[in-house]
Amino acid sequence: MPTKTQHRKSQAPRLEPKTISLSHPDSLHPNSIHPGSLLSAADLSIDKVESILRLADVLEKEDALRRDKRLFKRRVSLLFYESSTRTRTSFELAAKALGADTSLVSAQSSSIEKGESLKDTGITLRALGAECIILRSPYSGAPYLLAETTGLPILNAGDGMHEHPSQALLDLRTILAHLEIGAKITETTLKGVTVTICGDIFHSRVARSNALLLPRLGARVVFCGPTPLLPEIAAQLGPNIVIERDFDRALAQSQIVMMLRIQAERLAGLALDLEEYKARYQANVDRVAAYAPKALVMHPGPMIRGLEITSEVADGRQSAIAEQVRNGVAIRMALIMRALGGDTKVSTKSRSVSPKKGASR
Amino acid sequence: MNPILIRGGHVIDPAAGVDGPRDLLLVEGKVAAMDVPGKMKHAGTEVIDAKGLVVAPGLVDIHVHLREPGQGYKETIATGTAAAATGGFTTVCAMPNTIPVNDSAETTRWMLAPERGAAIRVFPIGAATRGSLGEALTEYGSLRAAGVVAVTDDGKPILGDAIMRQALVAAARANLPVIQHAEDTRLTGGCSMNAGPVAFRLGLRGMPTEAESGLVERDIRLLAEVKDSRAHLHIAHLSTKAALDAVRRARRNGLRVTCEVAPHHFVLNEEAIGNYDTRAKMNPPLRAESDRVAVIEGIIDGSVDCIATDHAPHAAHEKEQEFERAPNGITGLESALGLSIAVLHVRHKLPLSRVIALLSTQPAAVLGLKGRGILSVGSAADAVIFDPAKKWTFQARESKSKSKNTPFDGWTMQGQISMTISEGRVVYRRN
Repeated sequence: MPTKTQHRKSQAPRLEPKTISLSHPDSLHPNSIHPGSLLSAADLSIDKVESILRLADVLEKEDALRRDKRLFKRRVSLLFYESSTRTRTSFELAAKALGADTSLVSAQSSSIEKGESLKDTGITLRALGAECIILRSPYSGAPYLLAETTGLPILNAGDGMHEHPSQALLDLRTILAHLEIGAKITETTLKGVTVTICGDIFHSRVARSNALLLPRLGARVVFCGPTPLLPEIAAQLGPNIVIERDFDRALAQSQIVMMLRIQAERLAGLALDLEEYKARYQANVDRVAAYAPKALVMHPGPMIRGLEITSEVADGRQSAIAEQVRNGVAIRMALIMRALGGDTKVSTKSRSVSPKKGASR
Repeated sequence: MNPILIRGGHVIDPAAGVDGPRDLLLVEGKVAAMDVPGKMKHAGTEVIDAKGLVVAPGLVDIHVHLREPGQGYKETIATGTAAAATGGFTTVCAMPNTIPVNDSAETTRWMLAPERGAAIRVFPIGAATRGSLGEALTEYGSLRAAGVVAVTDDGKPILGDAIMRQALVAAARANLPVIQHAEDTRLTGGCSMNAGPVAFRLGLRGMPTEAESGLVERDIRLLAEVKDSRAHLHIAHLSTKAALDAVRRARRNGLRVTCEVAPHHFVLNEEAIGNYDTRAKMNPPLRAESDRVAVIEGIIDGSVDCIATDHAPHAAHEKEQEFERAPNGITGLESALGLSIAVLHVRHKLPLSRVIALLSTQPAAVLGLKGRGILSVGSAADAVIFDPAKKWTFQARESKSKSKNTPFDGWTMQGQISMTISEGRVVYRRN
């Protein structure tokens, strides 16, 4: 009888779905996620946020020739499965400003077109010496797969509808500068600050990353938009998130307003009356002047002028849109430094404050 | 084939109401006798000592994907049935979504040919419509004559009212159940998990529970329309409270509706996806905790007829993709008993005889598999012998299946199988 076999005393059953931890000793993915990765804003502790912001300050101010030695000749790959202007260019400029060599792989001109998988593309880049991969993918969660299959530090430059954590960090830097907050980041740094994020929340990775990051610093996030683009369950994303369908009312309580583009490429058959949308949710001069004359207006880009935002507002004195883009380079330098394990020690002085022109709290 | 005497075990045979010490004699592939211990002569038999073990009718899985013909790199009939034998199964029913689709007597016979090397009994399930395209019915009479035990377009639900109504009537005439994969695919395009807060956070499009319950309700309405035909509707892998409630209502109204649930739907909820673990991706998807609990309640109160694994092997490279691109499905044959005992018997105090009934007697009854899931004299000599108290660790790499896509790798299971006997042959023996 087979019962003669020796059995080791087994552990208690791990079967309570409430406490499921799917441990996988023989995982499909042999590597654990490299600690230098940034895949989700939810993974950022307040201390990490603080150190990234501080490092961004230092690197931004540093002499260009000195900075060039920080990651001299190190290899950074940009793997972009979706088109991008801001994110790609600022990551590339950030890596180059630190002296690193960059190589860009985009879907249209690589073996991805021939059907090469993400795993194989990652392994190929690693074999070519990439020490860090910056990934943009149309698929939510793709950075986790790349991190697990390559073991390299992965920076999520936007994955499907999931997250865009570097955008949230650069938005935070923009907000802090605007509010002239230079002290150490804590759970109450943004206490009393209301941030309205308006538009296509459902498809927006920027909205998710910001809504996961800003409340941790004490901010209140108001999601605004029509039900097809903003389902009720969105409020369950995290603490301190509420839904306000009336844009005017949302504006009236906000110090910060983030406008989002309608993502036509992800609408998947959703029919939307654009004229009605404009009437209810467009950031235009009349509305902003009436309900949020002092608020900072942000947009992660690309903008569709005349749809979610008018030129007068986008180019107006309350707009921080160009400032956001500028902050992208500094934040991404810090993220690449962190990923490549460069010397990230910075002086313990408080972060510098560079007040933004125009709008104030 | 030597006669086998299984001696000293605790026999559980729910069909006969046996739940006590018995010896069991298997001769020429049939159960020859069952008696209180020590009465049967053992001369000329292979004696199996089952002291301290449970002896039950071999398990019956009415929902497996064996991938043959056409996708032998995922699984073959030989490897899939070897995995089944390891998991205590002696009967499996093979879904028709093969390549080509099993919509003919010819393919059915090919699957049943000895050359396939099946370790245990395989009953094919035929396609309900030609090519599972949902347009024209297949020939149920000839499929049945070739050996199919039910019809379904599993994975491709039958959406059209007219064709579903025709299928129910024609199947009833051929004395076959119609199995529906209840998913209104008009509501689930581009979706890769359950709809809700978890899907929103992960940025994945979610399948609403209404996509399942809505189609179950539609099917029940059609069944009521053709009530006189005595048609039998079976709901595959039911996963939501709303669909279960619809089944309960239909039964109260005297309709012939049965349903199965899969172990992963009563063990896991959608949180198991974690950071896009494709081994937790299947269809129907893992649901909210409230649905998982509802499925357990349905099992306990008898609304659920049986457990079926929806064993769906996929090659490693297919699962190692972006979550939305990875195919649906997990393997299940080797973990079904261990999970069912740990969760239903140990945690929820369901008597072991009921767990056996759900995994053997009742699934056999749902598809009318005579002489299966039962140990009465003359029935198939199909038995599983296991230690219900023994804990063990499931290791995917040791699986007999060609594919290792399971979320239960490394999990502690309860109820270790010592031996599986199919039609009088020992098809699995734990070393």
